[in-house]
Amino acid sequence: MPKPTASFTPSCGNRTLSGSDRPAGSGGHEHEHASESGAAFTRRVDALVAGLTHAGVTSDREITATLEAFLAGAGPSNGARIVARAWLDADFKARVLADANAAIAELGLDLSHWAPVTLRAVENTARVHNVIVCTLCSCYPIALLGPSPSRYKSEAYRSRVVREPRAVLREFGCAVGDDVQLRVWDSTAELRYFVLPRRPQGTADFDETQLAACVSRDALIGVAAASITPGSSG
Amino acid sequence: MKLAAGDRVMTSARNPAGHYRLPRYLRGKPGIVEALHGRYLLADERAAGRDVSEPLYTVAFAARDLWEEDAEADCIVHAELWESYLVGL
Repeated sequence: MPKPTASFTPSCGNRTLSGSDRPAGSGGHEHEHASESGAAFTRRVDALVAGLTHAGVTSDREITATLEAFLAGAGPSNGARIVARAWLDADFKARVLADANAAIAELGLDLSHWAPVTLRAVENTARVHNVIVCTLCSCYPIALLGPSPSRYKSEAYRSRVVREPRAVLREFGCAVGDDVQLRVWDSTAELRYFVLPRRPQGTADFDETQLAACVSRDALIGVAAASITPGSSG
Repeated sequence: MKLAAGDRVMTSARNPAGHYRLPRYLRGKPGIVEALHGRYLLADERAAGRDVSEPLYTVAFAARDLWEEDAEADCIVHAELWESYLVGL
């Protein structure tokens, strides 16, 4: 078990990789994990937890409780609520687009229990389609939307969506017309994005709950359209 | 350097050792400042245990400036970049 040293820092960084281990062009950070085998990553996490526990910094019980509390409040339904409210209330939509952190607080959503996150909503229109990615690692608004799908973290998605986003979206079954501008948002720093999708046709008489059921996690990433589902039309 | 929305910039082509959050595909590329976000801790320094903040910007890149003839039509790629990654044009 590695003994924690005085130079240990809880921030992300080059804690365990020497320069020669780093893939060329890597942004460091979670990037290395993507190409590391699951077993090796698990061993590394186990060693880190053992070191922190041994040093009295934390405990298994505290880690479990923290994760459970965190995940209990984080899921795509949060994003769906925001979108549904924005579709029904133009003033709220304007506030979401101007200052998403302040606007979601109106719905009782609070990201401050996790790391401070600056949230930004990007709106799809008849002429603009947005899609989010983190090419360097896997940045994603987890505190709001829950864990990202594994394909969001895949090297194929991360490398291709900035280079051929229209082709990637076609493969997702979300083809975007030639008259629609494609905007890709690469979350390289401290902002986290979600997409405000277009309201589906045929939902004029839907209430907020029915509208929220139209908004999937993929729609919040921008790789799917919002759509009427059995859960929303009933 | 103080940049404003709409300013034209060129990204650094540096290739430093260690943590560096300017993606390789955006190095040495022209872009336009799309938004200002105030000062944020520079991740590269933070990785080394130092707290250094810099202005952070969203910069928009036309796909044709990134991929030339391989670019898809009418695509824009945005990224958050710290001030030291940028030179004003």
